[in-house]
This record gives sequence, structure tokens and C-alpha cells, in this order.
Amino acid sequence: MAENKEIEKKEEKEYSILNLGPTHPATHGIFQNILKMDGEIIMEAEPTVGYIHRAFEKLAERRPYYQITVLTDRLNYCSSPINNMGWHMTVEKLLGAKIPKRAEYLRVIIMELSRIADHIICNTVIAVDTGAMTGFLYLFQWRELIYEIFEEICGARLTTNIGRIGGMERDFSKKAWDKINKFRKEFPAALKEFSSLVERNRIFMDRTIKCGPITAEKALDYGFTGPNLRAAGVDYDVRVMNPYSSYDDFDFIIPVGTNGDTYDRFMVRQQEMWESLKIIDQAIAKMPDGPFHADLPEFYLPPKEEVYNNMEALIYHFKIVMGENDVPKGEVYHAVEGGNGELGFYLVSDGGRTPYRLHFRRPCFIYYQAYPEMIKGGMLSDAILTMSSMNVIAGELDA
Amino acid sequence: MNTIHERLKASFGDAVLSAEQHYDFPVYEVTREGVYDIIKFLKEEMGFGFLTTLCGLHYPDNKGKELGVMYQLHNMPRNWRVRLKVFFPVADPVVPTITPLFSAANWQERQEYDFFGIIFKGHPNLKRILNMDEMNYHPLRKEYALEDASRDDKDDSMFGR
Amino acid sequence: MAIIESRPNYNLGKAPEGLEGAGFFATSLEKAVGMARKNSIWPLPFATSCCGIEFMATMGAHYDLGRFGSERLSFSPRQADLLMVMGTIAKKMGPVLRQVYEQMAEPKWVLSMGACASSGGVFDTYSVLQGIDRIIPVDVYIPGCPPRPEQVIDGILSIQKLVEKESFRRRYSPEYKAMLAKYGME
Repeated sequence: MAENKEIEKKEEKEYSILNLGPTHPATHGIFQNILKMDGEIIMEAEPTVGYIHRAFEKLAERRPYYQITVLTDRLNYCSSPINNMGWHMTVEKLLGAKIPKRAEYLRVIIMELSRIADHIICNTVIAVDTGAMTGFLYLFQWRELIYEIFEEICGARLTTNIGRIGGMERDFSKKAWDKINKFRKEFPAALKEFSSLVERNRIFMDRTIKCGPITAEKALDYGFTGPNLRAAGVDYDVRVMNPYSSYDDFDFIIPVGTNGDTYDRFMVRQQEMWESLKIIDQAIAKMPDGPFHADLPEFYLPPKEEVYNNMEALIYHFKIVMGENDVPKGEVYHAVEGGNGELGFYLVSDGGRTPYRLHFRRPCFIYYQAYPEMIKGGMLSDAILTMSSMNVIAGELDA
Repeated sequence: MNTIHERLKASFGDAVLSAEQHYDFPVYEVTREGVYDIIKFLKEEMGFGFLTTLCGLHYPDNKGKELGVMYQLHNMPRNWRVRLKVFFPVADPVVPTITPLFSAANWQERQEYDFFGIIFKGHPNLKRILNMDEMNYHPLRKEYALEDASRDDKDDSMFGR
Repeated sequence: MAIIESRPNYNLGKAPEGLEGAGFFATSLEKAVGMARKNSIWPLPFATSCCGIEFMATMGAHYDLGRFGSERLSFSPRQADLLMVMGTIAKKMGPVLRQVYEQMAEPKWVLSMGACASSGGVFDTYSVLQGIDRIIPVDVYIPGCPPRPEQVIDGILSIQKLVEKESFRRRYSPEYKAMLAKYGME
């Protein structure tokens, strides 16, 4: 017969350690969190990132300016056109180039379409994490239509490499305009359907309200930008504060939340999708005629007919591809409003073919630091929802 | 923008080494002894309450000032942006941390430690963040190669690595 | 009568070779099991970066991967048949990938989707593993950056061809063991 062993009651509680990631069905990207838990409540979290570190900043020092667009695609890959345009605008700022209005409006249309694509992923995945698969399946159809629009304009679906330094590489074809108009006509109904499924749904609201909140002061202290900051109550949007690419010609509101919890982040993104549709409508209505690229023969490839027939164009083509054009020396910083906030490019040029130093201000990396604090005291399933509502994209986190 | 320069010069005098304008940013080069106080002054007295970014720099040709850190601050209510730079020698890569002022600097300083080996004095948790912990060099310094050394099928003469 | 004749002619799949008679069909066990296995592969989506988003599009309603039998994604390696590695694998992630591969039960297949997983892709850098076949054996490579959903489906169909034709003794054969030994696994 076994003796009755005395189990001495410990004074302190024993916490269990749970390893969340790096491979996990619900983490949207690979990053690890080691959680110290008291039952279901999270006491502490220790994040580890860098599982997809691809050394963008070092790679950019070895690639000529036009090849870096390909790298910027892979930062926030859910909305790659915005990253591309941001890079092009940085180089154009360095060169002091003036882009024609038509090119800027075309850029705005593409950027807003990709913002809608990014927010579709984020919002439908928030719904999937609460258990609602339907929104994901319905809205991804419209994402396919956005992909088709991108394919019509630049040839690729996801990592687009769209536009060139100096404007766009080609004007939109008739097929592209037809697809954009089809999207404008049919997407609002689909978005309204998704809203009606989820926004005032009792279960969704109970799950997401007060889940992972953050105050505005803390958010500013941690360097939040984008929908996460706007959900906390601060109306900071780079498109309004430092307008670029003719955004000040358009009329749109900045949706702002109150608590900074998951529900507010979801609603801010929903409303931003409606605002993006408004901007696209305005851009199409006011679209001016004109060239779709700046007159920048040193950096913008001449059209092929001229290269084959015209000596000057041939020489420019050679110089651009081999990187023998004169880039001004200097340092420039330009920021665009990406899907997650202020995506900044700090470029130091020493006059050579490749940048001397290129630093990406990646919004995901900066605001993910606040994650352990946001989930402290909450439950494990709330931690998953908080992570998906912050829209952490691993490519941008690690770069 | 002149007000910033005036007030900085008035309060800190010779800690501000130079003032330039690069495109649309006023850039001030400051000493490493004064950088914490200058950033504190900018945050508390002049309203620059948002740290946009910070990054490391490496100029191997400037003897005595090879490594550097660049800070960008943003005054949102007035929409002023300013850039500060600090330089220090590679033999003594120490600079004070600004984590007590801005929590956003925590991981960004770890990233610059990882890439350049810049030691931020007073940082709560200065270890590598993006690279593997076992790595024993700081890859973004100019003397190190980009490529993976174990790859033997790419010919350097043809691929120009 | 009219109702039966107007029913469309469904072809649910080609039957393997065998002996057919009134009320029975005899074929080899390998062929029957191969047919069953190939139409019910449970993938483990090891999605790390952009290829993962294209995989999400492939699983969506437009390019539905579920119609090929891969409807149920398994995130637990113990319950998965096919390890789909999608996206860049950094050297930091290598041991994790290897551990996930070793936790899977035989028979298992590996699909490497995208240029980054196949060979390092655009990222010829110090921190990226130049191809996952340096640490685990791969069955099918899908090139592309990212590959279109049609290419992904083509890759899955290639895996299905491999699964169908695999003999029962393959996993015990000395060649297979020699290949695993090359990777340091027993």
C-alpha cells in the first residue's frame, strides 16, 4: 500500500510555460512567443522574431535602384504596390523629379486598391480566428479581382514590382479600366454583406470588444502608426499630414476608434476600405490626360522602338541598365501610408550605382514590441485575436 | 525650423556640432555625451513626442567617427520633423540608450546592435534580435560580404557577387 | 426511364487495371491504396512569407484546392501527409523545419513552393537557407515568385502522381534509408 505522501502546499503558484509558435495554425507569419501562463491567463510573454530575416538592408546595398523595387515588394507582401510606390517616390525625391498628375492619380488608384486587398486579408482573418470562415471565402473572390487588375497592369498578382522611377511603365489598358469599373460596381455590395455578417454580430462583438486594448499615450510611446494607432484614438495618417502623390486633391475622412481594442481595429479597417473606394471614385472622375511618366531620360527606360532606332535612346538604355547614370549624393527620407502605418525609406546615396545605406522604417517591427504588454492579463484565445487584429506581417517584421 | 536650431544652440551650445538641411529635413549632428539630453529636451520642451525611426550608419572612411546612429523625431501637432546624428569611433561603439524616453526605441536599438555592434548603454535587454544568437559578427558593417559563403554553385566571375 | 437517361455521365476517376466481373473487381492492393491515398492528401501548410498568401488564394473558392482532396489542412505534423514549405526559410528557422519534418509519420512527402524554398530565391544572403533541400529531402519543387495558383495545383497533381505510384516497400528500401542517412536522419 502506498504511503500517503504529504503534498506540501507551495506558497507561490506554479506557472506553466506555453510555446506559441513559430509554426502555429493561427500565427500569421512566423514569430514565437513563450508565454508564462496561470491556467488560461497570460502572465508574461517573451517574443522572439527573426525567423524570416532576409537581410533586406544589406541586400539593398548591392542592388541598383531599379532592382530594389523587387525587394520592397516583399516587405508587406499583402499590399506590395504601396511599398513599390513608396520606394519610387523616395528615389524621385532624391533626384528632385516632378511627376505628372496623371501618373500620380494612377498611382493613387493602385495604392488604394492594394490597401483594400490588405484590409480584406486582415479583417477576414480576424473573423476566421473567431470562427467565422464565411467572410474569408466570400471576400477572397474580390481579392482575386484585384489580383486580376494588377495582372492586367503589370503582369504579376502578388509581388507586383509596379510602376517605375519616374511614373508608371505603361498606361492602363482598356481591359484594366473595365476590371476596375467592375470592381467599383460590385465590391460595395460584397463588403456590405461581410459587414452585415460580422459587425453587429453578438458573438463577434463579445469576442473582440476589450480584447487587447491599448491607450493612445502608450501607442504613441511605442511608435504605433496606421490603423492600430487610429483605433487608439490618434488621427495620424501620413496621407494627410505629409501628402504625397496628390493625395491632397482628394476628399476622405480618417476613421478613428476609442479604446484601441480588437473591435476598434477591425472597424477602423472596415471604414478605411470604404474610404479607399471613395478615393478611387474621385481619382477616376478627376483623371487628367497627359503623360504617364516624367521626363527623366537618365532613369526612365526609353520605349523599345526608340532604343532600336535612335542612338541617343540606345545610349540612355545602356547607361540606365549598367548603372552609369549620375545619382545625386545626399540623404532623403520619405514615408507613405502603408497597410500598417508609416512605411519609411531612409536612403543615403553616395553617387554610386547602389545606395550607400538604405533603412526601412517598418511599422510592424515597431508596434509589435507592444504585443507582450497588450496581452498581459488576457486569455490565450484573446492573445491570438490581438495578434491577428494588429496585422503583423512576418515579411515586414523581420525584413 | 530656425526656432529648433536657435533653441538647441541656446540650451546646448557646443553639443550641437553642425546643422544642415537635407531635402525637407533639418539635420543636426550632435555629440554622444549630449544626445540623451538633447532628445529629452526636444521631447519635453519642444513637443517632439514621436520617435519615427532610428538606424545605424557605418562610414569606414571617417577615421574616429566610423559608426553612427541617426534618430528621427516627429512633432505631430505641428508637423515638424527633425533628424539627429551621432558619430563615434568603431573602437568604442557606445552610445546612451533612449529607451526611457521612447519605448519604441527598444527593439530598434537591438536591431542596430545586431547589425552594427553598437552598444546602447543602459538598454534593458541588449541581445540579437533578427539574426541567430550564435552569430559572432555584425553583418551590416561594410567589411562583411552579403552572400552566404557556403554556396559553391554560383561562379563569382559570372554572377558578379 | 426518361429520368435515368437524362442523368449526366459522371466520371469519378479512372479505375486501375484489374480483373472485372459481375459484382467484383480485383486489382493489386498497391493500386487501390495508391488511388485512395492520392485523393486524400492532408497537407501541412508551412507558410512563411509571400507564397503563403498565394496558397491562401489557392485554398480560396476561385482556385479551390479542396477539390483534389486537400480540403483538411493539418497544422499538426503528426496528422499530415504532405509538408508544403512555402516561403523563405531563414537559417534560424532551419531547425524548426527539420523538427516538423521529423515529427511527421511515414509515408510523407515534401513540396517546396516558390523560388525561396527551392533555392534561396532572390535572397542570396548570409541569413537565408539556400534551398530547403539542404536540410530535408524534397519530392516536388514548384518554381515561381510567387507561383500562380495554377502552378501550385500542378505541383499538387505531381505529388499525387508520386503518391499513386509509390510501392509499399519504398520506405523500407536501402536506397531510401541511404537518402535519409545523407540528411542525418535515420
